[in-house]
Amino acid sequence: MPKLLGLRCRECGTEYELQATHVCEMCFGPLDAVYDYASLKKRVTRQAIEQGPPSIWRYRDLLPIEDTTPVVTLGEGFTPLVKADRLGAELGLRNLYLKNDSMNPTNSFKDRVVSVAISWARAQGFETIACASTGNLANAVAAYAARAGLDCYVFIPIDLEPAKVASIGAFEPNLVAVRGNYDEVNRLCSQLVESTPWAFCNINIRPFYAEGSKTLTFETAEQLGWKLPDEIIIPIGSGCQFVRHRQAIRELMDFGLVHGDRVPALTGAQALGCAPVYNAFKSDQPERVLPVKPDTIARSIAIGNPSDGIYVNRIVLETGGVVDAVTEEEIVEAIRLLARTEGIFTETAGGVTIGVLSKLARAGRWSGDEVIVAYVTGHGLKTAEVLASSNGHGRRVEIDPSLKSFREKVNL
Amino acid sequence: MALFRIPGPLRRLSNGEITVQVGANDLGSAIEALDARYPGFKDRLLDERGELRQFVNVYLNDEDVRLGSGLQAKVAEKDEISIVPAVAGGSFEP
Repeated sequence: MPKLLGLRCRECGTEYELQATHVCEMCFGPLDAVYDYASLKKRVTRQAIEQGPPSIWRYRDLLPIEDTTPVVTLGEGFTPLVKADRLGAELGLRNLYLKNDSMNPTNSFKDRVVSVAISWARAQGFETIACASTGNLANAVAAYAARAGLDCYVFIPIDLEPAKVASIGAFEPNLVAVRGNYDEVNRLCSQLVESTPWAFCNINIRPFYAEGSKTLTFETAEQLGWKLPDEIIIPIGSGCQFVRHRQAIRELMDFGLVHGDRVPALTGAQALGCAPVYNAFKSDQPERVLPVKPDTIARSIAIGNPSDGIYVNRIVLETGGVVDAVTEEEIVEAIRLLARTEGIFTETAGGVTIGVLSKLARAGRWSGDEVIVAYVTGHGLKTAEVLASSNGHGRRVEIDPSLKSFREKVNL
Repeated sequence: MALFRIPGPLRRLSNGEITVQVGANDLGSAIEALDARYPGFKDRLLDERGELRQFVNVYLNDEDVRLGSGLQAKVAEKDEISIVPAVAGGSFEP
């Protein structure tokens, strides 16, 4: 029995057969994958999940891939959930955890969504995988397309960070550098999708791709002993993963996988240099998200026209979270703070998350005993230049290879 | 005449036409003209307040009109107006 029943419009409820499409023809609303929850409820248990592989595929029953479909995997997911006592001490938080998703195969959380998307696309007979990307998605798509032996086209803004371009290029995809920002790349791909027989991970197969994000929250709950935290801090780019985390929480509760019935506060983090969701949250019309022109070092979440922005604010208000934003300096300081206190080097988007966590903690949002989880979604080597260009070597000395020189320069 | 680019999901309204030419001075009147020729477009593009629907992006010569003057944006001869569905999605409610 297939577990996927079809696609349904989130806005008007119109139903569609399973296919590579993401837009409702009636109202342009987004389409969601619809599962046969009744039959899934008979087999989804903690025990069954715990016996699964140490990857996102332990939650396969709750992903849009049928049992008989071979998956394209590099061992993504089941990344460490680290109790952050030293960072917690700086911030006055006694139960702070970091979900370190920079430990994924291509060092960002995008491996979760891409593994699901490419598994689905290959099973449907697609021969070419594509995406519009701020870098991390392109990196994952290029790697998983190589793994699957599929052709690959990735579209990126022309001025992406050099480290990201190099690590994408290693997999030899067709790399299309577009003279424009991410929103322009995305718009171009939204038009291209109609005239190519390609599976664009984050466009026409988005209803399937997006589902992979849920695993981040599934894992967090499992690693906390099948409990949900009090609050989760999540970076916001398009808002796609944020929306999925709310859905993951709903499923964890509906399937009886977690103890307790309190929905965690979901809190969003943006860079002030690209903060359309934050701007709307602060206004008197949080569901009116107006586009902006991004200008921030947090390139991987620099999306000026975030497709799921209104849903983010709806969820934030529903769950009692907030959306906050940090300056470029605060992003860099947060990267340093996380590295210094916990030994985790994150990219600028992770700096945004930790920056917002720090800002809220210092503003007295929490009493200190709450269980708080921050999603660290990408590795620092992806954006290492932001430290190099801002006095990143403050404790560096240069010496001759002699004891004398060492003793002169290093004050023990 | 300005040129509308019609996305796949709306081509049923335009009898399958990918592009439609209209004469207009601003974006609002261009949409009126498009709707006069192929009824139904206005409903799909504008909400009850007469503003662009949330999941509709409109680009005037590749510029997002929401970043500019919106429906008041001036439309000149040979301008290109692209209608592009927004890309939101993934499961939200069970």
